[in-house]
Amino acid sequence: MMIERSSAFVIPTPKRLGYSFNWVGRIGLAVILFWCVIAVIGPWIAPHPPGEIVDWDYFGPMTGDFWMGTDYLGRDIFSRILMGARYTVGISAASVALACAGGVIFGMVAAVAGGWFDMILSRLLDAFNGIPSLLFGLVVVAAVGSSIPVLILTLAAIYLPGSYRFARALAVNVNATDYVTVARARGESTPYLIFTEIFPNILGPVLADLGLRFVFIVLCLSGLSFLGIGVQPPNADWGALVRENIEGLSLGAPAVVFPSIAIATLTISVNMFIDNLPTKIRDRSE
Amino acid sequence: MTQPLVTVNDLRIGAVTDAGRKVEIIRGVTFDIFPGEIVALIGESGSGKTTIALSLMGYCRTGCSISGGQITLDGTDVTALPERKRAALRGTEVAYVPQSAAAAFNPSKRIMDQVIEITAIHDLMPRDQAEAKAVQLFRALALPDPDHIGERYPHQVSGGQLQRLSAAMALIGDPKLVIFDEPTTALDVTTQIEVLRAFKSVMQKGGMAGVYVSHDLAVVAQIADRIIVLKGGEIQEVGKTQQILHHPAHPYTRQLLAAFEPVPHVSVAVPQVDKPKPILEVVHLHAGYGAIRNGVPEVPILKDVSFRLERGRNLGVIGESGSGKSTLARAIAGILPPHQGDILLDGQEMRRDLKNRSKEQLRRAQIVFQLADTALNPAHSIEQILGRPLTFYLGLKGAKREARVKELLDMVRLPANLRHRLPSELSGGQKQRINLARALAAEPELILCDEITSALDTVVAAAILDLLKELQRELSLSYMFISHDLSTVEAICDDVLVMLKGEVVEALPAARMSAEAQHPYSRLLISSIPQLDTGWLAGLEQDPNLVAQFANR
Repeated sequence: MMIERSSAFVIPTPKRLGYSFNWVGRIGLAVILFWCVIAVIGPWIAPHPPGEIVDWDYFGPMTGDFWMGTDYLGRDIFSRILMGARYTVGISAASVALACAGGVIFGMVAAVAGGWFDMILSRLLDAFNGIPSLLFGLVVVAAVGSSIPVLILTLAAIYLPGSYRFARALAVNVNATDYVTVARARGESTPYLIFTEIFPNILGPVLADLGLRFVFIVLCLSGLSFLGIGVQPPNADWGALVRENIEGLSLGAPAVVFPSIAIATLTISVNMFIDNLPTKIRDRSE
Repeated sequence: MTQPLVTVNDLRIGAVTDAGRKVEIIRGVTFDIFPGEIVALIGESGSGKTTIALSLMGYCRTGCSISGGQITLDGTDVTALPERKRAALRGTEVAYVPQSAAAAFNPSKRIMDQVIEITAIHDLMPRDQAEAKAVQLFRALALPDPDHIGERYPHQVSGGQLQRLSAAMALIGDPKLVIFDEPTTALDVTTQIEVLRAFKSVMQKGGMAGVYVSHDLAVVAQIADRIIVLKGGEIQEVGKTQQILHHPAHPYTRQLLAAFEPVPHVSVAVPQVDKPKPILEVVHLHAGYGAIRNGVPEVPILKDVSFRLERGRNLGVIGESGSGKSTLARAIAGILPPHQGDILLDGQEMRRDLKNRSKEQLRRAQIVFQLADTALNPAHSIEQILGRPLTFYLGLKGAKREARVKELLDMVRLPANLRHRLPSELSGGQKQRINLARALAAEPELILCDEITSALDTVVAAAILDLLKELQRELSLSYMFISHDLSTVEAICDDVLVMLKGEVVEALPAARMSAEAQHPYSRLLISSIPQLDTGWLAGLEQDPNLVAQFANR
């Protein structure tokens, strides 16, 4: 087990804490942390204000002054990406957390309660699933106006039914196992069954689903921004940066490449981390 | 002396754990198999018997690898072959019959297509010829309607038939060696006989060599020429079947044999209180599955079951799969609310539905399930599993709870440091002990045991039975013991109920069961238990009409 060292301070690496954490997962976590830090400190380190037109040329190349080139209006892309991290990471993380938490809790309750409760909730959310997501976003924003909390709640609402379906399917299976029957025969309450018996056993797939859903939300957010109902100009999330500079593709402009790379690194690293979470080392001989 | 078909020389198989530690699973095993000979590999789970059997095909399970030694099959060194050549060997030179045929068949393809798949993969013969050969094999394996059974889907035949069909699948490529991996373990006793007979005759006719992996000595005695006793990845003893059965040399073999000796049950003397109420009384119980219409469920299972279980005595319930034994336990525990009839615990009526029973009533009657693997939450540590009923029923917390968990572990003869482990880190026998300890944690008066020993090895099962008896003496418990294995029931029960299709056909004292059973079904069950005698299967005569009437083949 842990080796006691009296003198020097021991760095708590995963291995010393009894966890194995492979390199793919570590790289994923590092990239996520990097973008989180950028999201917080972005405005302070940005060389130019994100909304200001700083170059006379549009779709300018990479120069010493504009590290990632300029966009279709001649704004500095590097600064805009640093600023956009805040919106992309923040809004997506908040929405995915809400969507998955809500979906998983409703899903487990429906699986355990069964009967008419399950029936009504499932049909209701299925019907909700039938509304096209962008159209729904459009209607909501048109009705209440665009703001960050509205965006977060809208995206969460769009992605909640999928998460519910997924969690319910998993929980139905776990609910039928002997250990849940044993707990039920013991007279346990429904909240205990849901949170202590079922939840730990569906956590793995639910996290994988969360990783995937995060990617979808990033993409949906960029779609909303494109329609002008997402993040409001002059600010922009990464998806919006790609969309507004898409014409630069034929000109070989870096303005469209770098936001794409930013999205790719964030979404891929989220999935890398979730697929390779630290696992506790449990060796039988110990 | 003829040349051996298979020689295994100093075989070593290893694996690497997640902490990077190397483990040896098989430690230097050496044996030969001669043409036409059936060799049995016997040992408890974890002894490496399946690992050895699979290695004869040059196959290792994920994470394992052959780290030393040599396997020669008919002159070919299997261990040195590249994977592609090994694949060519499988099905033509050596074939495999899995433990669970139900899991080995693809449910969406017709049986015939799956049976002759081997001939197509290895390009052995044209399709009509393969089908004709398959039908021949079906006939040799005594399958009903051999000409048309291949047109069915796997769910349309019974478990015993499916097991014989998987043997046909293995035999179609005319292998020189057939590996049987516990093929009858999952079957009922009456079905097991038919399957064993079919295997034996087809192997004798074909003159093929076989490896028969099992933990059941009585089954092995019927089919094997030689027995290899394994433990912890090492050979303990090798010998002719007769010699192993009658003159075992190794202490472990003796232990295996001793586990077979029926230990007659002695009733526990219970201090007579002037409370003549039975601990459990069931009156005209009816239960079933599905939506209830006109007071009767769609699929009625239990029909008019009544019995009494006196305090401190044990009741055995026997019957084959589908006879409603487990449903009875579930109905009593309230998991499946009965639609008619009464259940009285200690003279006090219990509500039919679990939700309406008081915590105290639930505490007094505990249920232990058959499969310890699925009955323990894989995400909880043993301490959590045992601690929960302590907190739930008795309100124990903190240090008191931990002390009680240690006591419980001690009661079921497990070391206290096991409490930090997860269920997946325990062996089958250990898991079943934890399962039992969880029931004991509630300090019950009645424990419903649903086939708790049937998934365990003989030696381990015998130890669990001893433990149950000991606990009964100490804690004055009563057991309702459900099993399909009559010798288990004989070893622990005072009274026996024989169930058939949801009804109790006979009730009698366990000690006189073999001698006095009247009902033909009870007699059939009793005669179907394999005996530790090589001639038992050959000498067994059962009325085919009787078998056809009752057995679910």
